Order: sequence, then structure tokens, then C-alpha cells
Amino acid sequence: MDLFEYQGRDLFERHGLPVLGGGVAETPQEARAIAERLGGKVVVKAQVKVGGRGKAGGVKLADGADEAEARATDILGMDIKGHTVHKVMLAETADIKEEYYFSYLLDRANRTFLCIASVAGGMEIETVAEEQPDRVAKIAIDASKGVDEAKAREIVAAAQYPAEVTEQIVDIAVKLWQAFVAEDATLVEVNPLAKVGDGRVLLLDAKITLDENASFRHPDHEALVDQSAVDPLEQAAKAKNLNYVKLDGEVGIIGNGAGLVMSTLDVVAYAGERHGGVKPANFLDIGGGASAQVMANGLEIVLGDPAVKSVFVNVFGGITACDAVANGIIQALALLAERGESVTKPLVVRLDGNNAEEGRAILDGANNPLVQRVDTMDGAAERAAELAAAGK
Amino acid sequence: MAIWLTKDSKVIVQGITGSEGSKHTRRMLAAGTNVVGGTNPRKAGTTVDFDGTSLPVFATVGEAIKETGADVTVIFVPPAGTKSAVIEAIDAEIPLAVVITEGVPVQDSAAFWAYNLDRGQKTRIIGPNCPGIASPGASNAGIIPADITPAGRIGLVSKSGTLTYQMMYELRDIGFSTCVGIGGDPIIGTTHIDALKAFQDDPDTDAIVMIGEIGGDAEERAAEFIKANVTKPVVGYIAGFTAPPGKTMGHAGAIISGSAGTADAKKAALEAVGVKVGKTPSETARLMREVMS
Repeated sequence: MDLFEYQGRDLFERHGLPVLGGGVAETPQEARAIAERLGGKVVVKAQVKVGGRGKAGGVKLADGADEAEARATDILGMDIKGHTVHKVMLAETADIKEEYYFSYLLDRANRTFLCIASVAGGMEIETVAEEQPDRVAKIAIDASKGVDEAKAREIVAAAQYPAEVTEQIVDIAVKLWQAFVAEDATLVEVNPLAKVGDGRVLLLDAKITLDENASFRHPDHEALVDQSAVDPLEQAAKAKNLNYVKLDGEVGIIGNGAGLVMSTLDVVAYAGERHGGVKPANFLDIGGGASAQVMANGLEIVLGDPAVKSVFVNVFGGITACDAVANGIIQALALLAERGESVTKPLVVRLDGNNAEEGRAILDGANNPLVQRVDTMDGAAERAAELAAAGK
Repeated sequence: MAIWLTKDSKVIVQGITGSEGSKHTRRMLAAGTNVVGGTNPRKAGTTVDFDGTSLPVFATVGEAIKETGADVTVIFVPPAGTKSAVIEAIDAEIPLAVVITEGVPVQDSAAFWAYNLDRGQKTRIIGPNCPGIASPGASNAGIIPADITPAGRIGLVSKSGTLTYQMMYELRDIGFSTCVGIGGDPIIGTTHIDALKAFQDDPDTDAIVMIGEIGGDAEERAAEFIKANVTKPVVGYIAGFTAPPGKTMGHAGAIISGSAGTADAKKAALEAVGVKVGKTPSETARLMREVMS
């Protein structure tokens, strides 16, 4: 889960890291109240989870509460690269003298964590890394040792931060690591880490990603989820414990196992190229078990998407035998009928693997006009795409 | 023969009394796996009956090894306890630990991996979030269905579970030496490269199927490894060509970040070193069929 800047600022503050005073507003009136509380000049920043907001006009200075309210009025509702601005953060301004870069992140390739630190912050760190690689230090962090003072000094030396900020950044590096671990983050990026007029070093921006697998030990993280950005179907699926991602096509997809479902999306997209450009409408992994109940829940979510014109159920019977899956599909359709859902969209079902013959016989025996059986993944994808194109 | 798991492997199950642990212990036994016991500190000293096979429950992995000579552990412990379960296995220096559990926090995986390095890597870790390892006809450690394919001479390494089963099924007339599901998490113990190296060195494997998916750069690094070290034919498949950036597709590690981790980049890297990459699972099976004919 990616956090907004204001959530990152709050998180830093909670962990004793030096940040500027600030607050978040959803209306110009709230923005005015925060500006009054902060006093003097403030910066009004669009809260969107995408880069380049400054260039898009999403960051403005304001002198006093009147101006802050006016700037918030301008920015709220703006569209920045397809992201609507629902919130602005107001923060105290700083007399920035120097801008540095600092981050901790997961290093998948080396199966550990990495610190990236540079004196050249404030701009695209990727560009600096490419054109002046010697100005970007990458320091591996041993996951079992973490970042203590000695490690922090190694980082500061490698990054070549100026001597007068060394002690401050050593302290920041240690506390930031503690925050990274305590919150189960996979990324904390501070750009800029800035030296301001009075000599202090402050964390002026925050890009944080938290590990959703760790949510069982962070009940407070639930409150950080941006409900405005959550698709209603994704929300309904989550409430039913289903692994669902909304996409923007017409062929509803239900499968078992993340890899097989990803592969199903690809095969449907290829087939769609031959059938009016139809695409997968979603990713839905009902898991290895695939009981009737889970199948019914999955079908309900997928059929609840008005964009869906046909559904492709792609199951490989591994642990769960295909006859159980076939019964699940038939029962799921009956369950939906009981719930008062009228199912009118065609289902293409492909069953393969354990007890495939028995499963196919059950589907044939049920003789449901909406259910079509195709026995290969490629053929079924083709048929589902064809039906979706016809239903468009 | 096979890699890492043979008919002589003695398998224990951490979490043998839990619902998943007991269900899959029964299946592993039915597949002919030599399961010799399990652990649960609260039920140590008792036995569990599996359709007539009575297995002892030990307090720790160390004790289980001492009493049974176990050399493989399969871990079905829930996410909150997975890290300590793996560390216990590492402390006992068991040669192979297969971590089935899905939803393990990545800092926990990083921690047990670092711990294993500190202890001199005496334990090979497969997973977490993986279906396990199966050497058809010999032994089965994890949740891969045992009856999909008989033994044969193809080696398979994959990030995905059901996609692995699909591939085993498509090529069941040829058969497999060993199938390894390495898992879809950002940090995993055994990589594509580890499996490629083992298959290259395995006299009973003639060709290798490698299944990857979006996210990270493991497939790209595997391509470099193949170029320098693998002389056996390799056929590849990558899932997620049409996955949108920034969305996690089921597996915690399956996410395109910016322009990194795309299926196209992985396919290009593999093809650049002579690996034939199928567009779909069936095409991939066809390519392997050509290799083996």
C-alpha cells in the first residue's frame, strides 16, 4: 500500500523524525483553518500518488490564510495524470539551502534491503544515477543487523553529505530505519531531505510503501487505505476475502491460482485482438480450493461489473477435483438465482486436470443454456472473447 | 534421480496437526512420500494417525531430526509464526525447508534469509508462498498434486502453483524429473538460477521449463545465468503480458513498478540468450515437445 505524502509526514513525526508542521484538508475552508494554525507563509500541495505534480500546477505557495484558501480551491478537484485531487496538504515553508536524497527499500535481487543516498536530491534521482552515478551511493543493509549508528556513519560517508550535517543525518538514518522496520515498510523515500536556513536538516517529502502481508500486526494501517480510490467491486471482493483486481475490459475472468489467472488474462487479450479488441475485465483468483460458496461469491462480483459481457471460468483441478468444481459452478448459479440475481451473461468454462471428464459430464448434464464448455484454455478464451464482442 | 528431493528423502511437517498441515500430510503419504513425523510443541509426545500410518509429533525440528533422521521439512505454519518456524529449521541445520505459507511479511522473509546466510546456508529454503517440490514417482514435499504426471526427463521451475500444474499436465506424456515451485513473493529462498544450476547438473534431466511472471528481475538474471552456464535446452513462459502497472496480481511479488518487471522485458532477455519463450502455456508445451522429440 502506497501512502499519501501527508500520511508519510505524520508517520515520520510519530517516529521522532524532523518534519515541518502541516495538516491535510479536503475543503478550502479546512485549508484556511490549517493555514491559520500554522501562521505565515504556507505551501499547498496536491495529494496524489503520482509524480510530476509540481509541473502540473499542484504545488503552490500562499501568504496567509486567504491565499491558502484560494490556492486550495484551485488545486482541489484538479486532474493530475488521471488522478483527481481530493486532498491538499498544507505545510510550513522552509528556506531550503541544500536538497539531498535518502531512501530505504527492498532489494529483491539480493534478498535484503538497500539504502540509496545522494547529495544531489530534489530532482529526478534516476537521471542523476544515470548521468552522475558517483553521486548516488547504494549501500546494502544486512536485514539481521539493520542500521545502527556505525552503519549510519557508513551511509553518510558513502553519500558524501557535507560535514556540517553529518550528525543530523546519522540520527535521521537510524530513526528512519527504526520507522521502516516498526511499520513493516518496503520503501521509504525522502526527496528532498533538506538543509534549511537555520542549519537544520528536515524531511520535506515522503514516499512510503507498506507491506500488506504485515497488516495482521498493524491494525492501525487499515485507516491509511484511501477509500476514495478503492473500486467498489474491489471493496466488495475484499469483504468476501477474494483476490480481485478491476481491469477495464469486457471478459470477466475467474480462475484458480495467481499465475494461471495472470496467464488467462494474457490468453484472453490475445484472443480479443481477433474479436473487436475485447479485453479482460478483471483478475480474480479464487484459490486452490474453489468451493461452491467461493465460486458463487466470485461469480457475483464478476457479474456485478456492468462492463462484463461474458465470463471465462478457467480452472485447473489440482488438489480440488474438477467434478467438485463443476458442481460448484452449478450450485453457484443456483445460489445466485436464490439471491435474486438474474444471471444473463454467458459463461465459458474450461476444466482440466484432476477428474476433468467427470467435471465436464456434470456441466453437460446440468444443461444450463448459459454455460458453455470448451476443453482447452486457448479455445475457451477464444469463445469467451467472441461472446463478449457479440455482447458489446 | 531428481534434484533436492528423492525417494530416500525423510520428510517432516511443521504444523502437522493444523488443518492444512494434516490434509497435505495425508496427501504426501498417499503419493508415496516418506513422511516420518511432524512438530507441534504443544502436542509433543503424541502421535497422529493418517489412514493407518501413525506419525510421531515432536516439540522441535531438532528433536525430530534426532529421532527420525529427517532431512526435509515442509512448513504449514500461519504467517505470524512462519519466521520462527523457519529459524527453528535453520538452527536444526535441516538440509531442505519448504515454506508453503502464503502472506508472510517480507521483512520476516528477509530476516530468516539473513539468518540462514549468517549460519552458513546449511539449509536450502524453498518459498515462501510456494506449492513445494515434487519428484514424480519418488517423493512429494508440499501441495503439488502427485498424480498429474509420471516421472520423466523434464525439469520444471516456476513462480506459480496452478500454472505449474497446467504445464505438468500438458507434458505428462513425457514426464518430469523434478518440479520446483519457488513461489511468488518478493524475497524467496530458492531462485530460478538455483534450480537451473541443479537441473544442469542432474544427469536425469534433459531439458528445462522455466515459468516466470511479472515483477522484479529474477528472469532477467536467470537469462544471464543460462547464457554462461546452461547447455541443456530451456523453454520459457512468462505470465502477465497484459497486467497493468502498479497493480499487485495475486502474488505479493507480481507487480510492475514503473517500467521495471514487465513480461516483455523478461521475454526479450530470455530470447536474447536462445531460450524459446511461449506466448501461452500450450505454445510453451509445444516448444518443449519439439525440444524433446
